[in-house]
Amino acid sequence: MSDLEAFRAEIRAWLEENCPPEMREPPRDEDDMCWGGRNFQFKNEAQKLWLERCAAKGYTVPEWPTPYGGAGLSPAQAKVWREEMNRLGARPPLSSFGIWMLGPALLKFGTEEQKVHYLNQIARGEIRWCQGYSEPGSGSDLVSLQTFGEDKGDHWVVNGQKIWTSYANKADWIFCLVRTDKANKYQGISFLLFDMASPGVSTKPILLISGNSPFCETFFDNVAVPKHQIVGEVGRGWDVAKYLLGHEREMISGAGGNDRLNTIGAFAKRNGLEDPLLRAELAMFDVDALAFSAMGEKFLDEIKVGKAHPAQPNMMKYAGTELNKRRHELLMAAGGSAALEWESESSNHGGKARSWLRTKANSIEGGTSEVMLNVISKRILDLPGA
Amino acid sequence: MPLYHTEDQAMLADTARQFMADEGNIAKQLRHYRDMNCKDGFGHALWKQFAELGFTGILVAEADGGLGMGHVEAGIVLEEVGRNLTPSPFLTSSVMAATALGAASDELRGRYLPGLLAGDSVFAVAIDEGPKHRPERIATKAERAGNDFKLSGAKTFVVQGGSADMLVVAARTAGSDEDDAGITLFAVPRDAAGLSVENARLVDSSQAAHVKLDGVQLDADAVIGEVDGGREVLNRVVRAGRVGAAAESVGVAQGSFDMTTTYLKQRKQFGKLIGEFQALQHRAAHLYSELEIARATVIKAQQLLDAGSDKADLMVSVAKAKAGKAAGLAVKEGVQMHGGIGMTDEYDIGLYMKRDRALAEFMGDLYYHADRVAKLSGY
Repeated sequence: MSDLEAFRAEIRAWLEENCPPEMREPPRDEDDMCWGGRNFQFKNEAQKLWLERCAAKGYTVPEWPTPYGGAGLSPAQAKVWREEMNRLGARPPLSSFGIWMLGPALLKFGTEEQKVHYLNQIARGEIRWCQGYSEPGSGSDLVSLQTFGEDKGDHWVVNGQKIWTSYANKADWIFCLVRTDKANKYQGISFLLFDMASPGVSTKPILLISGNSPFCETFFDNVAVPKHQIVGEVGRGWDVAKYLLGHEREMISGAGGNDRLNTIGAFAKRNGLEDPLLRAELAMFDVDALAFSAMGEKFLDEIKVGKAHPAQPNMMKYAGTELNKRRHELLMAAGGSAALEWESESSNHGGKARSWLRTKANSIEGGTSEVMLNVISKRILDLPGA
Repeated sequence: MPLYHTEDQAMLADTARQFMADEGNIAKQLRHYRDMNCKDGFGHALWKQFAELGFTGILVAEADGGLGMGHVEAGIVLEEVGRNLTPSPFLTSSVMAATALGAASDELRGRYLPGLLAGDSVFAVAIDEGPKHRPERIATKAERAGNDFKLSGAKTFVVQGGSADMLVVAARTAGSDEDDAGITLFAVPRDAAGLSVENARLVDSSQAAHVKLDGVQLDADAVIGEVDGGREVLNRVVRAGRVGAAAESVGVAQGSFDMTTTYLKQRKQFGKLIGEFQALQHRAAHLYSELEIARATVIKAQQLLDAGSDKADLMVSVAKAKAGKAAGLAVKEGVQMHGGIGMTDEYDIGLYMKRDRALAEFMGDLYYHADRVAKLSGY
């Protein structure tokens, strides 16, 4: 038996032994996932147990080094981990912006103290992070952001407003883009970390078309941020921000997701599938979904060994989000009038309709599809004037 | 296994890329043989060179003198074939017929494989019986007559049929047209009495034949595999053909795409390079995305097939469908973005469009394979 096969056997046995039955079903929606944090309310004992067992082994972040709370798996081992998780239908023990976004940025740009401190907190699900990027006047044109940090010697005093801050009202800490030099557009931005409980921070949820409020407006009114809570150098936050955006886009693309959730034709058939044209659309969709799942696998394989184009996450984000929007359009069509129900028990309080509406943000958040196409044109295809 | 080429495969890709660009390019091969109205539509000298490089035996077992490699390696050659629109009997002979012969007796392998390995022989595969690929339905009959078989029926879209020294023919020895069981594969020599082959030149200048079998008498030695048990081998042959055609499609798409993005960086209108226009940039970027996904799908299917996975069949259909979709988009955008020059015979982009049309149809089009994905997924 090769080392990898032995590892697979070990993982398979561990998962069989430790993954609670309730955690072998996909989460119903974002609210059903484990996000961790100071104030997180576990849905049930199984969710708590699953997080604790994984965190103890470093499996919430299997590829991170062990000193930072990971399991130190190699790319090949991590692939085995994902495959075995998919095989069992096991849901991730912990979902968080700390894992998907801040963690990778800290691994690359953080000091050793920052890594040990913040990454371990993330891996154990102790601190829930939110992202302070967009502002009312700075959406696609993010670099025009105005939130300002005034230098006060050993700390900055931050004033300004962020918008579309996902779960800001539930987060413990924020990683935030703050202008520390008004004269320098690209090199005047710093990447700061601070506690959402700091005096002067307030949040206001935004009611969306889905009827939910996953996004907030976030206000900073003379918030003091100690100087050591910067990632990277002063004025070089844009480098960190861009690197992190790559990981955010990878996350939103859905690459590496559970195969069983990708296709929808068989699922749609449960409601009866009498319309041949709808069946045809579902088949065309499933072709694209299975193809994209191969793309996700290839992308993850390549990025781990530096074979992927550095701008490839933009392509993944574009293709993955457009696909997801199509998925939910078809699920609505397949669901018929039952999928329209907004508040009934039987519809899980409008699960289908709310998810459908939620997906419309996929091609906006983290960079619009149009911006992704611009980036592909410029950085991958090297088209003129792009 | 990671979804990228191993070091050995990357070396093979370098060799194939260089060779096809130097020797298999459009001017030297496709245009040359097209313009001389060659009955084969390809060059035998190039086929000999394929043999010298070992390509002809990529899927032939080492015990039979081949390289004993897999569909990933065959696909590497096919992608370069696609990129250069290189006419050759590689897909029909070295991928499909070689897969069939892999299941054949020592005697048949001994009779046919040395010629293939040497680049002296050309084989074709006769499966379809109508204008659409429907291998589930085989009506061509093979009736027993003592120890012999008598084949009667008609086959369509037999690529390289007119040039082939031997045709692998799928015929029915039992059951009715749509039955899974009762299929037998035969190795039919070109000079068999009662075999007529009518060459037809296709839109892409490739040659495919209408084949008639009018009481073609064969002895039991001509049977590939088991009598009545040919479906399993036939499935292997069509899977090899499908994933191979998908790899070639990715090459066609890439060739067309490269030519188009180059043009976007050269052509000026309104005092600007047309590649500066966002209307074109976004379409090019979308096409890039589709092409990348198709490429990933094809290598996934190749690896699953080589690993003998039970998921291979589904993924092969996904690959054929997705590669066809991406290549179809690549050639249509290619001609449109080239503008008027894209409509001229002198310029190569139109040749990509023609080749894509033929490849899309070969071994099942997007609609056939999407339907198959649905059926395999239970709806």
